[in-house]
Amino acid sequence: MRPILMKGHERPLTFLRYNREGDLLFSCAKDHTPNVWFADNGERLGTYRGHNGAVWCCDVSRDSMRLITASADQTVKLWNVQNGTQLYSFNFDSPAKSVDFSVGDKLAVITTDPFMGLPSAIQVKQIARDSSDQISDSVLTIKGPVGRINRAVWGPLNKTIISAGEDTVIRVWDTETGQLLKESDKETGHQKTITSLSKSADGSHFLTGSSDKSAKLWDMRTLTLIKTYVTERPVNACAISPLLDHVVIGGGQEAVHVTTTDRRAGKFEAKFFHKILQEEIGGVKGHFGPINALAFNPDGRSFSSGGEDGYVRLHHFDSDYFNIRM
Amino acid sequence: MAVDMGKLRWGELEDDAEDLDFLLPPRVVIGPDENGVKKVIEYRFDDAGNKVKVTTTTRVRKLTRARLSKRAIERRSWPKFGDAAHEDAGARLTMVSTEEIILERPRAPGSKAEEPKAAGDPFAAMGKAGAVLMVCRTCGKKGDHWTSKCPYKDLAPSTDAFVDKPPGAEAAASAAGTGKNTYVPPSLRAGAENRGTEMRRRNDENSVRVTNLSEDTREPDLLELFQTFGPVTRVYVAVDQKTGVSRGFGFVNFVNREDAERAINKLNGYGYDNLILRVEWATPRPN
Repeated sequence: MRPILMKGHERPLTFLRYNREGDLLFSCAKDHTPNVWFADNGERLGTYRGHNGAVWCCDVSRDSMRLITASADQTVKLWNVQNGTQLYSFNFDSPAKSVDFSVGDKLAVITTDPFMGLPSAIQVKQIARDSSDQISDSVLTIKGPVGRINRAVWGPLNKTIISAGEDTVIRVWDTETGQLLKESDKETGHQKTITSLSKSADGSHFLTGSSDKSAKLWDMRTLTLIKTYVTERPVNACAISPLLDHVVIGGGQEAVHVTTTDRRAGKFEAKFFHKILQEEIGGVKGHFGPINALAFNPDGRSFSSGGEDGYVRLHHFDSDYFNIRM
Repeated sequence: MAVDMGKLRWGELEDDAEDLDFLLPPRVVIGPDENGVKKVIEYRFDDAGNKVKVTTTTRVRKLTRARLSKRAIERRSWPKFGDAAHEDAGARLTMVSTEEIILERPRAPGSKAEEPKAAGDPFAAMGKAGAVLMVCRTCGKKGDHWTSKCPYKDLAPSTDAFVDKPPGAEAAASAAGTGKNTYVPPSLRAGAENRGTEMRRRNDENSVRVTNLSEDTREPDLLELFQTFGPVTRVYVAVDQKTGVSRGFGFVNFVNREDAERAINKLNGYGYDNLILRVEWATPRPN
């Protein structure tokens, strides 16, 4: 396949997200300006100017009208997707790390980092239909995990919130009461900080990637560990294919190999694993730096990866991909 | 006649400019051939008033079956905003990769990756591809690995001497089997592809001698200067070991003889680091 290279960011990529229909791709990077691209040919549609710090995460509403972004400048901003205007800005006391719209886009779960003595927190905000009615109060605030909470997502039907972060434990919280319902098992769970979390298309299971060079697949309701995928590199990003039984994992670099990587078409690869057999299917090379973001198009026919090198690479699969036999 | 060219100043025109220079040849479109490649040849004037021929080669390649929903089609026609609003088509933010990337299946441990197809002259093939020219000093082999990644690095490593040092044939042949103790020239090593001197001789015909270099000129400087003319396999600058200054001369080996010739024509007499370079063929010019 011929990946399309998009150089819209001067700094490392942090997150990639497709909209529901798979025609727009949103990219967030450390350069303060999220970009939006057309997902078929990689043409840039626009940028969202306003943040003053690295943008860590974003989510787009189901109708692709609203974009919410979380940034290190201690704000979470709501944008009009079409013309880039900022609709609202939530202010926090510490950098915001992760953001996720609920099913129905009426709520958003936001995580904030520990900062200057303040512990990390998970906050739920209500998102009004019309931004002029928007209020900034949190509906729910959850504190508890120690260290950064790198990702928090909604569970099925918004009944639960799943959080994962630096303390390696995945937690399930009740949305109504804010109570901790479940925790992942320490022995079988990740041994180092969890860097990424990605839900399956139907919301029944999710994949977490961690610096302990593995990615694990968990059941969303019971939080049982289903599968483990072992790589040689710390995992920075992971994604589940909505179409086939594949997961893709992207990561950093083994320290040992820092001086011997060669300059030819980047050696950092996104590794594909068979979701059920846990075996490696193959790798897609190309990035010149560690891969920090991965996302599958909702139709499962293409995927994009964002790297430390500032490039977004958009890959449309060849027909061979769909015929892979293990 | 100058008036026709708009904002050109008459003083900038060449003295021997023809009177009817403003007439440009017509645009030629070489229609899409069986690969879908279309060439458009246009002529225009650049800022200095020179006639410029612009050849645009495009290949239309259907990447994906985009079945867009109605809303998605609406979104396609949204106006660009933010930093994208002032982008022109030549912004080149979005490019299709020149390399074909495949989903590489994992290999069983022990089997090597496939060697890139070797053309008649492996160096030339690499040069044409426009990829980085990787030359391994250990096996002098085509560019698929750097010296540190040489699969033959357990053979006797090369010394600091010239690669062109003529090997003692008998000694080298027996030494090839004796292990690390003796120097085995790359061409006679077990893994070397071209046992003969064929490849090296051709290279020596493409060798250019550069004299009157400044004291602190080194290999990277020469490489940077000469590689604009074409792929370079080797650069060498003679350095006085005691003082560390350059002895004022060096050699550059090109892959293609034509590139070497152009380099000689262009750079002979070129001012570099306050000295006028002398650039000529390294050996008495072979015809």
